[in-house]
Order: sequence, then structure tokens, then C-alpha cells
Amino acid sequence: MSFDVDVTLRRGGAMVGVAFAAEERAVALVGPSGVGKTSVLDMIAGLLRPDRGHVRVNGRTLVDRAARVEVPPHRRRAGYVFQDARLFPHLDVRRNLLYGARHEARLAPIAESLDIAHLLDRWPRALSGGEARRVAIGRALLSEPDFLLLDEPLSSLDPARREEAMRLIERVRDKTALPLLLVTHDEAEAKRLCARIVRM
Amino acid sequence: MTEGVWPIVRLSLLVGGAGTLAVLPVAFVLAYILARGRFPGRTLFDALIHLPLVVPPVVTGWVLLLAFAPNGPLGEPLQRWFGVTLLFRWTGAAVAAAVMALPLAVRAIRLSLEAVDRRLESAARTLGAGRWRTFRTITLPLCWPGVLAGATLAFARALGEFGATITFVSNVPGETETLPLAIYAALQRPDGDTIVWRLAAISVAISLVALLASEWLARRAGRGVHVL
Repeated sequence: MSFDVDVTLRRGGAMVGVAFAAEERAVALVGPSGVGKTSVLDMIAGLLRPDRGHVRVNGRTLVDRAARVEVPPHRRRAGYVFQDARLFPHLDVRRNLLYGARHEARLAPIAESLDIAHLLDRWPRALSGGEARRVAIGRALLSEPDFLLLDEPLSSLDPARREEAMRLIERVRDKTALPLLLVTHDEAEAKRLCARIVRM
Repeated sequence: MTEGVWPIVRLSLLVGGAGTLAVLPVAFVLAYILARGRFPGRTLFDALIHLPLVVPPVVTGWVLLLAFAPNGPLGEPLQRWFGVTLLFRWTGAAVAAAVMALPLAVRAIRLSLEAVDRRLESAARTLGAGRWRTFRTITLPLCWPGVLAGATLAFARALGEFGATITFVSNVPGETETLPLAIYAALQRPDGDTIVWRLAAISVAISLVALLASEWLARRAGRGVHVL
């Protein structure tokens, strides 16, 4: 079982919730904007606490309200790539990449494979949107996560860049062999990248 | 009136510097509570912190005098346990300066803390950073320009402190006679004109240098940050 998620959360009068258990390694969470997909990722990463339910990834319980289990976010080993890259503005690209790194030696190969090796000494504000996103993916991978959470990784990209980014995610998916949960509102994108689709 | 202006300048810098150093950690904790905390009575708490800004400084000085008098609620234990008294001492002048500077420092630091993007903190958490590391490596550097601004304001306020100081620790030449007190004392003397001019010029110069220094530091610290 890669992802076993059953959570609900009341947010400002609306209920956010989803329940699914997936054997497939790559899962897409699909639904219209505002339905709470990002909140689900936040609950899996530990940034939001579900009102009820549980999250298990690869058989490890990250939160289970009934059993009073709650792993703090910094021990969940989530490789979370946010929709807004969330690079640290006071650190250059190299120090952003190394922020959560367990082995510095992995910096060079990962930077190479993401085509960001030439950006290491730049500041985040000097990056284009696509570059920032690749750095964010690199930063998540360098923390050697147990699973990946990708929030709308292809939004706000023009069609040419989109294809490029899609191939990149396919490469990450196949190379890392990590469980991957991808949030998108685009059904076609979900079908291409993930073996399993969960609708919200 | 002390002979020569340099002892006065040195004392002013000592009082202002010590007052600023003393107020910064307290101001940071209070600013953090105000920026991040949600609890009943928060508005009242905020108002209490701002009191020294609106109460006549003489009243603040009088309250300090009551509190730190030899039989006061703070003065008595201070004297008994540490053998320390603040009355008529430069340390008392520093305390007065710190109390008067507190609201300004809290305000500057609080604004910068509120401007820190908390989503960056959550990103750090998912990357394996605990609360303390997140605070040290993300929150603190991002609000650093605000801390510097708070320190500058506090130092400027401390340097100019008059009412609370003279009420609390009186004007003791060489011990509590800072620049404003010395200027006031010189004004009372028929032959004090020259010294007033010199002290006033020095006050302006110190303030200007402090302002420029903090601006320079904020720019250095703010490299890569959209704060200024």
C-alpha cells in the first residue's frame, strides 16, 4: 500500500475530506479548484491536523487521530513540492537545495539531472518560474524523502514548458521509485503521469 | 555639570547601548507573542506594552522610582539578593531608557515578524527542520531588518530620554547625566551657551551615525530579501 488516506477537516464552514487506499506507486488527486486538494497534501505532510481520520504511507502511520498518533512534520520525510516554489529568499540556490539535505554529495548529480547546476550561485528572486520549480523539486529530493507530494507542478507553465516539466516528473517518478501523490485539476495530465486517479 | 563633554558622551553611549541591549530580547519575545499568539486579553496586553509611549515620561519615571526604591517591590529583592540598587546609578538610567524604548522596539520587530511568510516556515518543517531550527534559520533571518530597525529606534529613544530618567535617577554628574540632562543643566547656567551648542551638535551627529549604520546593516542583512 503506497498511500492509505482517510481524512476530514472542517475549514471555514466547508468540509474537506478524501478517502482512498492505493497499491499503485503514483497517485493523482484530481478535482476542481477550491475543493481542498492542497489541504489534503498539507494533512499528509503534517502542516494541517485532520479533525478525524488517518494517513499511512508505505505502511507507516503519520497521523491517526483515533489512536492519538501524530508524527510532527519534520519527521514525516515528505518531499513536498509546493505550488508556489517557496524557496527561501535569504538563501542562494545552493543553500536552498542543501537546506534539508542528508548527503551533500548528492547535490551535484541531482542539480545536473534537473538542469539547475548553472543556477547554484543565484538568488531565488533571479530565477524564472520554471527554474524555481526545478530548484524546489531538487530541494525536496535532496532531503531524501520517503514519498513525494507534488502540488499542481504543471500549472502556470506555457505548453512547451509543460511538456518539458511533464517529462521531468516522469523521470523523477521512474528514477526515484518513491510513492508519489500528484495534485492537479487536469485529467489528461493525471492520466499520463499516474496509474491511479482519485477524484475529489 | 561635569567638566568636559567626553565623559557625558561616553556615559550617554553606555546608557543608550545598555538600554538597547537590555530591551531587545524582551521586545522580541513580546513582539513574537503579539504577532503569533491568539489569546484573550491580547488587545489589553498590546495596550499595556504601548503605555510608556503615551504616558507622560515623568509618570513612567515615578512608577520606576516606586518599584525600584529600597523598599519597593523590585528594589527590595534586588538589594537583598544581589546587593544592587538602581537609584542614582547609570544602570537605573539604562533601565529607564529601556522601558521608554520598549514600545518602539516591539512595534518594529512585530511588524517584521508579521511580514515573514509563514509558508516558508512550513516548507522548512517538511524539509526536516524542527521548530527551533526553523526559527533560527528562516524566521529570524527574515525578520532581521526589523530587529535592526527596532534596535536603532530603541537606541535613539534611549539617547534622548529625559523625563523618566531625571525623575527616576535624578541628574548625577558622571553617573546619570546623559546628553539631554547635561544640555538641560547647561541651559540653566548663564555661561552655558557654548557647551549647549557642542552637546547638541554631538547629539545630532551620534543620531545620524546610528541611523546610517543601521540602514547599512539592514541592507547587508536584507540581501536577497524583499524587505526594504
